[in-house]
Formats: sequence, C-alpha cells, structure tokens
Amino acid sequence: MGGNGGEDEVVIRIRGLVNAFGDSVIHDHIDLDVMKGEVLGVVGGSGSGKSVLLRSIIGLNRPVSGSIKVLGQETAEIDNENFRGLQLRWGVLFQEGALFSSQTVAQNIQVPMRRWTRMNQPLMDELTAMKLSLVGLPLDTAWKFPSELSGGMKKRAGLARALALDPELLFLDEPTAGLDPIAGSQFDALLRDLQQGLGLTVFMVTHDLDTLRATADRIAVLVEKKLTVGTLKTLPNDPDPWIHEYFSGVRGRAALNA
Amino acid sequence: MRNLTPSVVVASPATLQVQDRGRVLRLVAGGDWIVAEAPRLDQILLGLHFDGARDAEIDGGALEQLDGAGTWLLLRLKRGLEAAGSRVTQFIVPDRYRPLLEAIERGEVAAAIDMHPRRPSIENFLERIGRATYDALRQGYDMLGFLGRVSVETSEAIVAPRRELSFAALIHQIEETGLTALPIVGMLAFLLGVVLAYQGADQLKRFNAQIYTIDFLGVGFMRELGGLVTAIIVAGRSGSAFTAQIGTMRVNEETDAMQTIGLNIAEMLVVPRVLGLMIALPLLTFFADVVGIIGGMVMTYFDLGITIPAFMRELESAITVKTLLVGLVKAPVFAFVIALVGCFEGMRVERNAASVGKLTTRSVVESIFLIIALDAGFSILFSVMGI
Repeated sequence: MGGNGGEDEVVIRIRGLVNAFGDSVIHDHIDLDVMKGEVLGVVGGSGSGKSVLLRSIIGLNRPVSGSIKVLGQETAEIDNENFRGLQLRWGVLFQEGALFSSQTVAQNIQVPMRRWTRMNQPLMDELTAMKLSLVGLPLDTAWKFPSELSGGMKKRAGLARALALDPELLFLDEPTAGLDPIAGSQFDALLRDLQQGLGLTVFMVTHDLDTLRATADRIAVLVEKKLTVGTLKTLPNDPDPWIHEYFSGVRGRAALNA
Repeated sequence: MRNLTPSVVVASPATLQVQDRGRVLRLVAGGDWIVAEAPRLDQILLGLHFDGARDAEIDGGALEQLDGAGTWLLLRLKRGLEAAGSRVTQFIVPDRYRPLLEAIERGEVAAAIDMHPRRPSIENFLERIGRATYDALRQGYDMLGFLGRVSVETSEAIVAPRRELSFAALIHQIEETGLTALPIVGMLAFLLGVVLAYQGADQLKRFNAQIYTIDFLGVGFMRELGGLVTAIIVAGRSGSAFTAQIGTMRVNEETDAMQTIGLNIAEMLVVPRVLGLMIALPLLTFFADVVGIIGGMVMTYFDLGITIPAFMRELESAITVKTLLVGLVKAPVFAFVIALVGCFEGMRVERNAASVGKLTTRSVVESIFLIIALDAGFSILFSVMGI
C-alpha cells in the first residue's frame, strides 16, 4: 500500500528472462509488466514453466539471464539484506498451503511476525484473529494443526500466513487446484474481496478458467517458451492454436451463462 | 538471522495526538500506521486510559499510509473507547483506505481470543497421562485383534492354501528379509563372537580355565545371543521396511484400491511377510550361530593359541543338538512378532507422509522391546521346564 502512486505503476518488470534446466529451455526471452493493483493470471500447459516463472520472481530459482525488477529493485543484483526487505513486501501462497506441519495455524501465521517485528504476544494474537476472519476461517482454527484441516482450509490458512505482514504483492500458485467448484468459487470471491480491500497486486498461476474469469484483470499465457498477454476478451481470438483452444471453452461457457 | 529489525522503510513515523477538549476527547493519528510501527503504537495505545462517558473522535484523515495492522489498531482503539463507555462520534480514515477498513471491520473479532489454549497445567498433565494410557491400552487391544486375524489367515494359508497365496511373493519376502540380510548379520555375528571370546578368555584365564571359553561361547551364542542379535537386526531392517512399504501403500491409497477390487489385504500383504520372515529368520539365526562361533574360534586361536581341532573337540563336548534347537525354536516366534508389529503399524499409517516416519520408528522400537521381553520369557520357561 505504497502512497498515492499512479494506477499504472509497474510492480513487476521482467525483461528478456531466460530460464533453462540443462539443455531444455523453459523461458526464451520473456517480457512482462505487472501493474499496481491488478490481478494477473498466468496460464499454460503442464510443464510450460508457470511455476518456474513465479519462483524466478520470488528468488527461489535463479534465471539464466534477463532482468526481473520487483517494486523497483533488481532481484538478481541486490544483496541479501535488501532482498529480505523486499521479501517483507510480498506474500506467497504455495500450492498445498505449505503450512509448517509441526505448528498450529496461529503459530504458522505468527512466524513472519515473530521473525520480522517486535510485536508482543497479545498483539500478534489479535492480528492473527483478524487475519483468520479476513480469510474467512473460524477462530477456533487457530489452535488446530495443519493435518486437521481440509484442503480448502489449508489454503485459506496459507493465505492468512502470506498476509501476515500486510504485503502489497501477493503470489499465488494454483490457489484453487484441488478444491471443489463451490470451495473454488468461494476462494475466488475471497481473493477478489481481499485484493480490493487491501489494495493488493496479485500474481497468480492457475489452471482454473473460472478463477481467471472471476478474478483476473489480465492474463498471461505461456506457450512455446514465450508469453502472450491479453484479457479474456482478446485471447480467444489469438492466432495461436493452443491459446485459441484453451479459451474457446471459456467463450462457450460464457455464452451459456449469458 | 542477525538482522532482527524489519527493513520496511518507515517514511514518516506514526504519531498519535491526544487532545482533551473538555467533553470531547480527540485522537489524531498521523504518519505511517503500518506493521513495522505496530509494536510501538501498540505500547502507546495500551498506555492510554479513558475515564469513560464522553464523546470521542478518532481522526485518521492525515494518515500517510495505513495497512492491515494499523487498521486493526485503530479499530481496537475505537472498540476500547466504546467499551469504556465513550461514544465515538467520528471515525475518519482517508478515502483510499475505506475498502481496507471495511474488509477488516466486517470480520467480527473477539478482542482477545486465546490462541494457545493448551498451556501446561496439572490438569493438562493428568489429561496427557490418561490419554497416553488409554492409547497404549487401545493399541494393545487392536494389536490383539490383528494377531488373531493374522494367525487365522496364516494358518489357513498353510493348512489349506485354497486361496491364491502368491508363492512368488513368499519367495520374494524370503529373499528380501533373509538372503540380503546375510552380509550384515554375518558381519555382526562374527564381530560379536570375537568380542565374546576375548572377554570370556580374559576372565577365565584368571582361573586357568581358558579352555572353557569355548563352552561359554558355544552355549551362549547358540542358546541366546545368536537368535537375539539376529532378531534385533532383522527388526531394524525388515520390520521397519514392512511398516514403510505398507504405510506408503496406505498413503497412496493402494490398500484402499485393493479393498475395492476385493482383494484380501491381510492375505496379500501380511501373510507373505509373516510366513517369509518365519522361514528366513531361523535360517539367518543358524547362520549367525555358525559365523559367531567361527569369530570366537579365530579369536581363541590368536589370543589363547587353541588350534582348530582342539576347539572343535571342546565344542563337541560342550554343546548338543538340543543347545542349538533351544536357540532356534525361538526364531520363528521372534519372526512372527517382528512381521506382526511391522505390518500392524503399517496398516495404522494415516494419509500423510509424516505418519509413515513416525510409525516406522514406533514399529522398530516395539518389536525390539517385544523380542527382548519374549526372550526373557523363554529363559524363564526353559528354566522351569529344566531344559
């Protein structure tokens, strides 16, 4: 939530990104801009490198070449100290929530608070309760262990942990994968509410067309190691056969719903 | 981990002015009310005392930045004032933070909920003892049930193999638990024989009775040690493998799939392991006996200068076939216990990876405990029977 910056402020700027494992190139000179306050959905076939792209941005994967600027800072060049400062400004929700299994949900949410702030326990407990109600979890979830939660609850708890330090940027890796359609659409609504309420910028890797329709402002498609950016309106008319195939289903369903 | 202070840049530090205007208490918030400032603000806010029953205004109109933590603190301040009997007539935040305020206000949050209800206390301690006792008894009961089932299935499989007991699976288990264990069992038995002979010789030398080292070695190894050591090695090697194999199948829902297809899990998974180990362990024990005595023989040759023919003569007079059989008769029982516990714990694995590791550890500990307890039982039994 940084001040009054213009609406078209660039939060993530990727230029000429190349990722490769051994000889197999995953990304071949990708460019991408993510604007402040938007929800960007990233789609692509299995193995097209969606998660690798996300991991490159958050620094879990070192690209072969190219530049990634997040919140104005070049991630590859800054030192550890500054990188941690950057990490504080984003939250990441991993696919299965990645909650620490030996800790309760409350302790999980308090891990970042404990690490990075000097809050005392009562304040952390209050904020934890607030985060839980923000993500729509009952308060008695706080002292449950991750193994006692359902898949949807794990994701919500993971989201609460990602939001623990009020980040301005949120990364989501397949947030609705493995959820039933009802839980999935509830998660979509939650995401939209939170994004608008907290003024978040969201970078979301997903397979779920319904999620894209419900939440994404723009969509980036990874095909053949390249990135095509558009919206749900423009992408079905894309000349690329894969993209056309992928989105024509949406158009069909949109027509059904109309 | 050395830098504990957050590196969030606080552009303008958060402020709170308290203006007491007679009937109206005016609280003006300014600067950055963000998570990095939250600990300090928390202290300031907790230091405030309201004597209640008058109007209050909270003015955050001049706030530079506001985030979730800051919003929460403002809301808590408002609720605190209301709880103290004040009427909050004004609550202002900049328009751009309205959605944030609404999002947080929507969740009804109890002011202080207990996040850590499991504090150590005497009740808690007693509850844990009770729970652990119950769990232990319950597990014993379950294991007894499993013992019954496995006994029935196994004896049926032996007596009347009408159903398809997979012969290949049985042979595979004998190979896995027996043949591949030969190097480690042989190595350890040999070393144990060396150690035992050395210690025995050292003590018996004082009575000039070092020749009885061989009696000590032969009887000790054949009656007790060979079987015990082999069983413990196999418990660590194969008992854990049983739990991990069956446990992984539980995690992958393979056992559920078997059940839906109509396969008998006990017959498919447990019986080959139980029977296989009951065949393999006595053979391994015999092997360990022989190698252990060879180890002792090597040691007595170098330490006491007893030649191999002399060793053999003394050994022949010291042990009988009965000595060997007393040791070997225990092996199938140990094998049954190891396989039973290994499979039982494997079947108890829940559908998460952590549970496989936990129960594998437990399976090894339990089977080693049971082996030693049973061995003591056998000793008592044999002494009563005068064997």
